[in-house]
Amino acid sequence: MRATKVRTAVDTAIRIANLRFAYPDGVQALRGVDLTIAAGEKVALVGPNGAGKTTLLLHLNGTLRGKGDIRIMGHLLNGGNMKRVRSQVGLVFENPDDQLFSPTVFDDVAFGPLYMGLSREEVLKRARLALEEVGMTGLDERLPHHLSLGQKKRIAIATVLSMSPTILALDEPFSSLDPSARRELMNLLQTLPQTMIVSTHHIPLIRHLFPRTVVMDDGCIVADGDTEAILADTALLETHGLEVS
Amino acid sequence: MSIGARLIERYEAGSSVVHSTDGRLKLLLTVAYVFTVTLTPVGHWIAFGLLAAPLAVAVAASRLPVLLILRRSALALPFIVVAVPLLFTKEGDALFTLPPFGWTASEEGLLAVLTILTKSWLSVVAVILLTATTPAVELLRAMRALAVPRILVATVSFMYRYLFVIAEEAQRLLRARDCRSAELEDRKCGGGVRWRAGILGHMVGSLFVRSYERGERVYAAMQARGYDGEVRFLEDRPWRLAGIVVAIALALYLVGVEIYARY
Repeated sequence: MRATKVRTAVDTAIRIANLRFAYPDGVQALRGVDLTIAAGEKVALVGPNGAGKTTLLLHLNGTLRGKGDIRIMGHLLNGGNMKRVRSQVGLVFENPDDQLFSPTVFDDVAFGPLYMGLSREEVLKRARLALEEVGMTGLDERLPHHLSLGQKKRIAIATVLSMSPTILALDEPFSSLDPSARRELMNLLQTLPQTMIVSTHHIPLIRHLFPRTVVMDDGCIVADGDTEAILADTALLETHGLEVS
Repeated sequence: MSIGARLIERYEAGSSVVHSTDGRLKLLLTVAYVFTVTLTPVGHWIAFGLLAAPLAVAVAASRLPVLLILRRSALALPFIVVAVPLLFTKEGDALFTLPPFGWTASEEGLLAVLTILTKSWLSVVAVILLTATTPAVELLRAMRALAVPRILVATVSFMYRYLFVIAEEAQRLLRARDCRSAELEDRKCGGGVRWRAGILGHMVGSLFVRSYERGERVYAAMQARGYDGEVRFLEDRPWRLAGIVVAIALALYLVGVEIYARY
């Protein structure tokens, strides 16, 4: 009995139960979200603007604190372990200009490991590795705000990869990218081993990357299941403001 | 509305007489009030009492929480720091001597400090009342109607418009930093104070660069819509007689107090 309990704790990366959240101005952004994601799963989060996708992602590392339970790798998220949880969940914002706040690319990628108190060698190693993983080696000394959007988005991902998270939560990583940058980013995401929850409007990409799709609308999860099955349900997608082609 | 926006926004919605008074009158009266308070002679407590009375009535009429006004009036506190040296530098009857330095406080000095505090506090409360009962847009309109130089009005209006944008940008930067401020189980985290201060410094710098670049973009967008250095506005509302009568009465009262205090 005990053994199975431990197994579920490790196998479940994210477990959210009845999560509700209202913004200070009274907008109810989440109205009771239940979601369980197994370790290693790749999940697409789709839904119209204002559905609550970003709000949900911001809950995964405690940036926003709503009512309800959130367990990350078996640990109930609370005020005390928030910083611990943040080493597990790599959250990447939609706008890389929000994510990148340091003067150089390298500083930004090294911020997480430095904050963790790792040794100099370890920080250097992790930053280099992270930049290599996203294919941005050699840009260390560049100023982030002078790079192309595609480059910025990759570097934003590198800034959390350097923290060796087990879960990646990416908010609209494909928005405003041109087709070739999108394809490159798609290839990158395919190579990453982490558990992934990715919000996107890009239905065609979902098919290639994510076996499971969660549809949100108006603060609720309205569909959750096999990507092919959900994408085949045009009536469902149309009701929630999405297009297949 | 984000937390940043709530920190900056000074207007408190309401429907009191003070709220509905013409913004131009409120602005004029506030400026007149601050001038009168400033011109009142040192240590004339009766005059300060007479000046505080209409302010107290206005605060009560505005139906704003007194606690809110008191909290915001803490803005006057830094004046203490500026005023305190006067206690020791002003010549006069000795009150006490500060042992380690041998500085002597004078009675005249104390009077000066208390006067400065009273004046700054009364002025700050008056301005708080103005900003809490008048929407910023209305204040800008009032400045324009009262022939404040247009370039100044335009500057203030841009500041008001983009302060929120920049505050939110700052908030997002801080959020991004916090998201990556993680701890590991077995080691000391957070880096040194110097390192953290450096990070914050870089963030302020990048915020400045972004604001500057945004300024360029906004200017380009304005030019694209025909901006030629002159900001044009629609005509103003008519003046209402009742408001003018009350304003003149208050102005006369202020002048009366000042004459009484001086002669």
